[in-house]
Amino acid sequence: MRPAGPSRRALAERAQRRRSALIAGVSSVVVFGAAAALVVQAPGWDEVRAAFFSGSDLRASMRDVLPAFTTNVKIFLVAEVLILLLAPALAVARSSRSPLLFPVRVLAAVYVDVLRGIPIILLIFLLGFGVPALRLQGVTNDPLVWGTVALVLSYSAYVSEVVRAGIDSVHESQRAAARSLGLSSAQTMRFVVLPQAVRRVLPPLLNDFIALQKESALVSILGVREIAREAQIYTSRTFNFTSYVAAALIFLAMTIPMTRFTDWLIARQRSRVSTGRLA
Amino acid sequence: MSVRMWRTMGAMAVVSGLVITGCGSSDGSSSTTTEGTGTTAGGAACAKDSLNLVTEGTLTIGTDTPAFPPWFVDDDPSNGKGFESAVAYAVADEMGFDAADVTWTVAPFTNVIAPGAKDFDFDINQVSISDERDQAVDFSSGYYDVNQAIVGFTDSAAAGATTIADLQGLKLGAQVGTTSLDFINEVIAPDSEPLVYNDNSAAKAALDAKQVDAIVLDLPTAFYVSAVEIEGTAVIGQFEAPAESPEQFGLVFEEGNPLRDCVNEAIARLTDSGTLADIEQEWLSDVVDAPVIGAG
Repeated sequence: MRPAGPSRRALAERAQRRRSALIAGVSSVVVFGAAAALVVQAPGWDEVRAAFFSGSDLRASMRDVLPAFTTNVKIFLVAEVLILLLAPALAVARSSRSPLLFPVRVLAAVYVDVLRGIPIILLIFLLGFGVPALRLQGVTNDPLVWGTVALVLSYSAYVSEVVRAGIDSVHESQRAAARSLGLSSAQTMRFVVLPQAVRRVLPPLLNDFIALQKESALVSILGVREIAREAQIYTSRTFNFTSYVAAALIFLAMTIPMTRFTDWLIARQRSRVSTGRLA
Repeated sequence: MSVRMWRTMGAMAVVSGLVITGCGSSDGSSSTTTEGTGTTAGGAACAKDSLNLVTEGTLTIGTDTPAFPPWFVDDDPSNGKGFESAVAYAVADEMGFDAADVTWTVAPFTNVIAPGAKDFDFDINQVSISDERDQAVDFSSGYYDVNQAIVGFTDSAAAGATTIADLQGLKLGAQVGTTSLDFINEVIAPDSEPLVYNDNSAAKAALDAKQVDAIVLDLPTAFYVSAVEIEGTAVIGQFEAPAESPEQFGLVFEEGNPLRDCVNEAIARLTDSGTLADIEQEWLSDVVDAPVIGAG
């Protein structure tokens, strides 16, 4: 005879859930409580709170750093468009198989090796101060332009490797099938391989773009008045570091939604793959 | 699955909220315990053995690297050459320290201004005294009255400027956090926003790359830049600070450091004896004859 109501299994599962919630709760109290206590009990906490987390300075510095953020947006939007054009071209060049294109493969490999290997800050210095110092006729010496160019060169090298990994991940049978249908090598790449490759590498691609958005602050070393520099100017004027927190919050407001979006994309992709509907 | 996750997250949120509010109410009491750490200072406390020092028996002095002429020579603060090195050793001597008892430590500008403990007894790095800065750190009395100056290429739009109005149409640059930058913003008020650099080296590179028409620096540095570092440039002019409120360089101390009073006594003696003026004459004598740019 089976009694009415929830089954034993349902009851056991409910108990298990309760236990999990309790453990999660207790461990959270311990971890966050200990962390908060450690910070708040630190002998310098009051100074740090006044210097880094002052409400009035947060409001005042927002007035300076928020408008400057448009410079960063300009930098990374332009850079992202250029990278999206340049990186797949590099990746396709490196993935080419024709013997005729051997020099192109070599050039693409050298480009990636060199530009990915140089720290971005050095690249920005080299291009930003170096190229204008050559005094070439008709070449701009605008630090904003050269800073953006440096970011594009470096990140297109990174992103091209991501795209190349995507191209390599497309199964050989796909190419074979496309070729047997009469598509040329170029058409196979354009209509069969690239669409699958790009879809697969979308999450790491967005990951690189989030990194790029933050690195736009590096262009400040050329004197450009972007958000990190405005924050620094505020700090040096008031001896209060809350402006850095303000700038960090603005970056977070942009990067966290983008990170979540990337996570969502990955999850969706994984569920598609696991249910057999290959992307 | 998702119900369980939400429940767990809800528990976490409630719990962490409790923790945070609990901590928020306790920090009011901790603030009272950090008061009154300073010891009393006075004339008698300035004997070498009773000083409040980072390392006992040693005077630890901070400055940035590289250390540029005419403030330091050969990027070596410890050789006694250059105006600020000479001043530092004169102050040390006045306080009873041998040159061997002085050690130098690298202190980037941002570290010098940051709140909290310092790893130097005082810093000497062309830091101008200002009320705003005085709230975060302590300053000695001034050891040098400084004028701002402007450097540009002799064949550029900046050359030949004689008034502030001549400079307003220019693209200007300066190091972040300097009174030079304040000067651009408050006195020159140029039509376009000045470019701002991490250090004078970057500002000089930008001038060399002609990304700016001119840069603003303190006068002695401006002379060094135009005479030695960037060919084809000149000190276009200097700006005289109002006599009633001169801009002065001061030594920087951690806020509340009682050592300052003793250093101030030493600086006062060096000023009265004419030693400070002699040092200035020795290292900065060639900076007096730059054209003065007027307000008109």
